[in-house]
Amino acid sequence: MDANVSEATPEPAHVLAPLQAHCANLLGDRLLDARIAYDELTIEVPAQRIVDVLTVLRDDPGCLFKVLLDVTAVDRPENEQRFTVVYHLLSMKHNRRIRVVAATDEFTPVPSVVPVFSTANWFERETWDMYGVMFSDHPDLRRLLTDYGFDGHPLRKDFPLTGYVEMRYDPEQQRVVYEPVKLRQDFRSFDFLSPWEGSGLLPGDEKASN
Amino acid sequence: MPEIQMRNFTMNFGPQHPAAHGVLRLVLEMNGEVVERADPHIGLLHRGTEKFIENRPYLQSIPYFDRLDYCSMMMQEHAYVLAVEKLLGIEVPIRAQYIRVMFAELTRIMNHLLNLTTMALDVGAMTPLLWGFEEREKLMGFYEEVSGSRMHANYFRFGGVNRDMPAGLPERIAAWCDSFVHVFNDMDNLLTENRIFKQRTVDIGKFTVEQCLDWGFSGPMIRAAGVPWDLRKAQPYDCYDRMDFDIPVGKNGDCYDRYLVRVAEVRESLKIMRQCLREMPDGPIRPDDRKVTPPPRTEMKRSMESLIHHFKLYTEGVHVPNGEVYAAVESSKGEFGVYLVGDGTNRPYKCKIRSPGYAHLQALDALGKGHMLADVVAIIAAMDIVFGEIDR
Repeated sequence: MDANVSEATPEPAHVLAPLQAHCANLLGDRLLDARIAYDELTIEVPAQRIVDVLTVLRDDPGCLFKVLLDVTAVDRPENEQRFTVVYHLLSMKHNRRIRVVAATDEFTPVPSVVPVFSTANWFERETWDMYGVMFSDHPDLRRLLTDYGFDGHPLRKDFPLTGYVEMRYDPEQQRVVYEPVKLRQDFRSFDFLSPWEGSGLLPGDEKASN
Repeated sequence: MPEIQMRNFTMNFGPQHPAAHGVLRLVLEMNGEVVERADPHIGLLHRGTEKFIENRPYLQSIPYFDRLDYCSMMMQEHAYVLAVEKLLGIEVPIRAQYIRVMFAELTRIMNHLLNLTTMALDVGAMTPLLWGFEEREKLMGFYEEVSGSRMHANYFRFGGVNRDMPAGLPERIAAWCDSFVHVFNDMDNLLTENRIFKQRTVDIGKFTVEQCLDWGFSGPMIRAAGVPWDLRKAQPYDCYDRMDFDIPVGKNGDCYDRYLVRVAEVRESLKIMRQCLREMPDGPIRPDDRKVTPPPRTEMKRSMESLIHHFKLYTEGVHVPNGEVYAAVESSKGEFGVYLVGDGTNRPYKCKIRSPGYAHLQALDALGKGHMLADVVAIIAAMDIVFGEIDR
């Protein structure tokens, strides 16, 4: 299981290397980083120029990434820019995939790519709903998957697995009521990670370092 | 004559409507019988699968994938195990690849039987449903024989499948393939040239190739518009590169062509299944790597090391290295993808499920504009909507 082999700097022979070079050429200063890992090409671009970048990737004859497959975000609360917005593109013409990532925080909106790909509409709505990443100039940025009147963004790492409210039908009031979550027993999160392999400190380690 | 004020009215379709194929709430703005705007409200079946997956060891997430699109269960397990295998960098033994491909195609037939027949039901034909579901029941029997469960199989594993097929199953599947052809031909005869069926589906919900690409279509939806795009051919996974099959394409991109593409796909899937049964080699079904595969029971009783491996695999689970991968399969509905971010522990840091029906359903407004209310039902049926995968 030596996965680091593919993660190391790309060999010139890699099948995606020409595409990487082409993207670097095409995007110029809009390209912050490009890497090939696990036979997949990832490029990082500034969030404010994402519309520009996706338009170029869609229309350039060497790319022709005409299908936007997926938009989502990865939440890393420890980072200053906690969200990485991830776009997966597919070029049927060249039979290639590319992943475009852009970093943002909770307050800075990312320009919406709906003018470039109509399909981005729901994907961006879902990303807003689940992570609270804002998209500027989106035609209809409503919540999509959560309940009407839902509060919070459930896929953020600081949102608890159990949620905050639970719902039941109240026969007296004859309607559905929302109540704070009551757990009959404490929420059990088993940590099976071996303390010898994990990165966490063992109890007593603080004495050793003193 | 006094002037009459005409006004569009808004109508709720679903969430409890038999033709909504699940819990779809559609808010339709109607001008008489004509749909001006369709606003699908989804999320009524949202269970937070992605949040669950982040909180479980890798192995325990496989059953969640059965429950996404509950009509093509094993295909989604397939996407997930492919993603984890990519991160782990393990090879799948050839026999396991054949079993997986055969069951993926069996699943495709199962799904198409459901979709084709319920589509016929939605536009007024009942007999195909009764015939199709009888065959579907037999396929679920094969699911049960191999995994112990009729629907939610939980059969695929990282690097292979849970256990080998029981003795006699290949022969039974082969016999079923032969008998099914006749039933399917009968269904085909009932529907394909049926005048009412054609009146309800031809030229309904037409999309050009450009529109299909813009809306992120995949699978039968884009093939019906004439794009011969199939991940099984373009980016083959497992042993699809050895399989001999064709990609059926449509011409007009309407509901009728979507139906025809699916009918042709069932025949291609039968071809693949037969080839798998014919060529399937003997051999192991999981890699010989104790960090991924649990040791056999007998070994566990004798060897201390095996016992430790077994314990570690079922408590701590598989350790997956750092990195992000996207693995996609040609599911019966289109491209089903899993974007997995590993952080070196036994749980995924993030798992995003890209479901094909999600992209299709959001185009309903564009597809249904200007059509009659009854046509919206046909469009939804031809999209092959299943809410488990859309709401996740």
